[in-house]
Amino acid sequence: MDFNFTEEQGMLRDSLAKMIRDQYDFDTRRKVVASAEGWRKHMWMQFAELGLMMAPFSEEDGGLGGGPIDAMVVMEEFGKGLVVEPYVPSVVCGGGFLKRGTDAQKEEYLSGVMSGENIFAFAYAEPRGRYNLADLETTAKKDGSGFVINGHKAVVIGAPWATHLIVTARTSGGRRDVNGVTVFVVEKSAPGITTRDYPTVDGRRASEVYFENVSVGGEAVIGDVDNGLPLIELVSDEAIAALCAEACGAMKVAQNMTVEYSRQRKQFGTPIGKFQVLQHRMVDMFMEAEQSVSMTYMATLKLDEDTVTRKKAASAAKVRIGQGGRFVGQQAIQIHGGMGMTDELAVGHYFKRLTMIDSEFGNVDHHLKRYTDLSAGAVPVAAE
Amino acid sequence: MNLEFTPEEIAFREEVRAFIEENYPKELAGSGTREDLSREQFLAWHKVLGKKGWSVPAWPVKYGGTGWTSTQKYIWGEENARVDAIMPLPFGVSMVAPVIYTFGNEEQKAKHLPGIRSGEVWWCQGYSEPGAGSDLASVKTTAVRDGDHYVINGQKTWTTLAQHADWGFFLCRTDPTAKAQEGISFILVDMKTPGIEVRPIKLIDGTHEVNETWLTDVRVPVENLVGEENKGWTYAKFLLAHERSGIAGVARSKRGIERLRDIAAKETVDGVPLIETPDFARKISQLEIDLTTLEFTELRTLASEAAGKGPGPESSILKVKGTEVQQRLTELTLEAVNHYGAPYAYGMEATGNGAGIGPDYADYAAETYFNMRKTSIYGGSNEIQRNIITKMILGL
Ligand SMILES: Cc1cc2nc3c(=O)[nH]c(=O)nc-3n(C[C@H](O)[C@H](O)[C@H](O)COP(=O)(O)OP(=O)(O)OC[C@H]3O[C@@H](n4cnc5c(N)ncnc54)[C@H](O)[C@@H]3O)c2cc1C
Ligand SMILES: Cc1cc2nc3c(=O)[nH]c(=O)nc-3n(C[C@H](O)[C@H](O)[C@H](O)COP(=O)(O)OP(=O)(O)OC[C@H]3O[C@@H](n4cnc5c(N)ncnc54)[C@H](O)[C@@H]3O)c2cc1C
Repeated sequence: MDFNFTEEQGMLRDSLAKMIRDQYDFDTRRKVVASAEGWRKHMWMQFAELGLMMAPFSEEDGGLGGGPIDAMVVMEEFGKGLVVEPYVPSVVCGGGFLKRGTDAQKEEYLSGVMSGENIFAFAYAEPRGRYNLADLETTAKKDGSGFVINGHKAVVIGAPWATHLIVTARTSGGRRDVNGVTVFVVEKSAPGITTRDYPTVDGRRASEVYFENVSVGGEAVIGDVDNGLPLIELVSDEAIAALCAEACGAMKVAQNMTVEYSRQRKQFGTPIGKFQVLQHRMVDMFMEAEQSVSMTYMATLKLDEDTVTRKKAASAAKVRIGQGGRFVGQQAIQIHGGMGMTDELAVGHYFKRLTMIDSEFGNVDHHLKRYTDLSAGAVPVAAE
Repeated sequence: MNLEFTPEEIAFREEVRAFIEENYPKELAGSGTREDLSREQFLAWHKVLGKKGWSVPAWPVKYGGTGWTSTQKYIWGEENARVDAIMPLPFGVSMVAPVIYTFGNEEQKAKHLPGIRSGEVWWCQGYSEPGAGSDLASVKTTAVRDGDHYVINGQKTWTTLAQHADWGFFLCRTDPTAKAQEGISFILVDMKTPGIEVRPIKLIDGTHEVNETWLTDVRVPVENLVGEENKGWTYAKFLLAHERSGIAGVARSKRGIERLRDIAAKETVDGVPLIETPDFARKISQLEIDLTTLEFTELRTLASEAAGKGPGPESSILKVKGTEVQQRLTELTLEAVNHYGAPYAYGMEATGNGAGIGPDYADYAAETYFNMRKTSIYGGSNEIQRNIITKMILGL
């Protein structure tokens, strides 16, 4: 057993932390979030130059030979800095699908993901699908050697910045069938794709993406036709591990800020941090943050185990992080008093991000149920 | 003990319901939980009620109160909540007015009460300062006597909706040598007086609900002092007790649960309405049980008040439990709308906004959840309320 980072991972973390400290201070972030673009392409390219995008890919694929632990390192730092650039959508999800694609797909798209030039968004959620990855009303109908896609994808994070989309669609079977789901890669500028872009409450950008008779060739399919769900679940579990790491970073900062504030803020002639009720509350915040780290390691390390183990690990971590994030976020605001409610202080932004992480890739209830069903052996599994 | 409504009370409910249906401004339907309303929107219903004589039910009859029993007031609250009515704001009606009619002189009553009743005059509360939040008695803003004026200097903060205010009531230190609680005075200030500057504070949901209020050599006639000089803390505490009654927000939370049920009936999990999934159904049940508990605790408090006991430290229970229910309600509403909580409805000019994305009921779900974190902070934080119970009830 070994919970240490490699030297490379340590260096990656340190140089990323420095870059964020130097170029991603809170005021700068606020300005960026309020700007028309909502992100900084040049920051993204700097992240790429630092090797963040190459880190989790094998050397064979042109990467640096790392894996999910490298993504975890990156996302924890992103969480600390409230970085809005789309690492999970583009690198963890986009890259996660593509590295399991054909050689031609890797050639065409994956090197662009690693250079930062190709930016992917993962269009999986739908207006009525809630958190079920197979609950799809978007269809892809066979048309000669290709497919025609129709449908509406909801709250696609990072889509306004994306050059490409990974899209899940139903190619056969009924709504919610585990079989009959297929994954496609498309250029966002493909004819028939329209978007409505908007800001999100936690400072990012997303789109409603509409597909109207979007024609794609057979080479746009990633993995097997009709049997995409296992791959979708795998990549989603990887995204969950990365989001958990982001939440850990955000929790640590929110907790530290609160302790620091309680030292500075005086009422009744004494620092509020001297009130025992607040001390114990901050101890609980600390314990939640630490336990979240433990579960994030656990889920990340189990990503390459058998399917049931992996899924249970990801769900368990997402439950823990959802609960911990809520507690830490809410109490950080409470202990800051009125100041915590202001847009001007960073702490409220950590609270908002922690809140929204729970609604990405399934919330606490969803994963508690998934975990329970997996434990009972009651989950319908697509043929793998 | 009896829970039945009398025939008169049932008739009263019908009368009130008919009046609301006929007179509540149609264009404001459903916006009662929004934070970004204009002055006109905030005051519209207040003005209608002012004309009807129903804007200040809790006041003594001689000043314009309705003389309703607590059951009637309860019915009144419920019927307004049914339509999410934008109710008269508390700062005039239920904070400063009781201080004025209890401790003020006849001129002050004649000058200020009619405008509060009618909704013509907007009041704000100038209590908190950057250094004086929970420890309110440490206010530093000074009022120094200069002939027949006070000259006020200092900074107030968190002044809710002061951007619309015509008048404010301020706690100022008039005796810097006295013990903290003993040198404070309660002064009414015309917000148009030179030297007052109101600066916006943006909150985490993106709305402009509160302000910093800077006072520099603000000259206020001495006749704006309420009651006696240096007795302001007594009035302030009296006001805080009034601020707490009604803070439970039972009627509004009931309506909120109805809305949550509607949402949970429309959202589906694997084809099953969310409200029929055991996990979520139980969460709603739990919330409803908490709300019923709160309601009956409030009814007990009201009954003891009606029996002549003023709002006591027990009302701290209502503040703590009431705000917990309100916060949980917004938390479950956000959970119900799942990923459609993300679009940012308020947005900004440069960014555009996410209003109207996803189902209507998802608009403002996250924003409202964020905003409602304030309720366990303001009005005496929930920690302070627990301290009050510790000290006043448990005697520790
Ligand atoms: C949205 C909003 C609207 C407001 N509107 C108004 C208004 O119109 N007018 C007005 O005058 N004020 C208003 N307030 C101010 C409000 O009353 C204060 O925020 C509140 O009194 C808390 O003070 P503070 O923010 O300085 O927090 P602090 O007093 O600094 O408290 C910080 C934390 O320490 C805790 N704490 C403090 N003392 C103790 C203790 N002895 N034991 C245990 N814990 C303790 C608090 O509970 C809190 O969690 C508003 C506040 C908000 C957020
Ligand atoms: C807008 C606004 C609204 C408010 N609403 C209310 C309200 O509705 N009801 C209300 O009672 N208060 C409210 N407060 C808080 C109020 O300011 C006071 O905190 C409270 O009334 C007690 O005041 P005090 O200074 O007389 O009490 P104090 O006896 O000085 O004590 C204040 C509180 O701090 C605790 N405390 C003091 N010193 C210490 C210490 N060394 N260690 C641990 N705990 C300590 C006490 O237990 C007590 O709970 C409000 C404040 C604002 C700004």
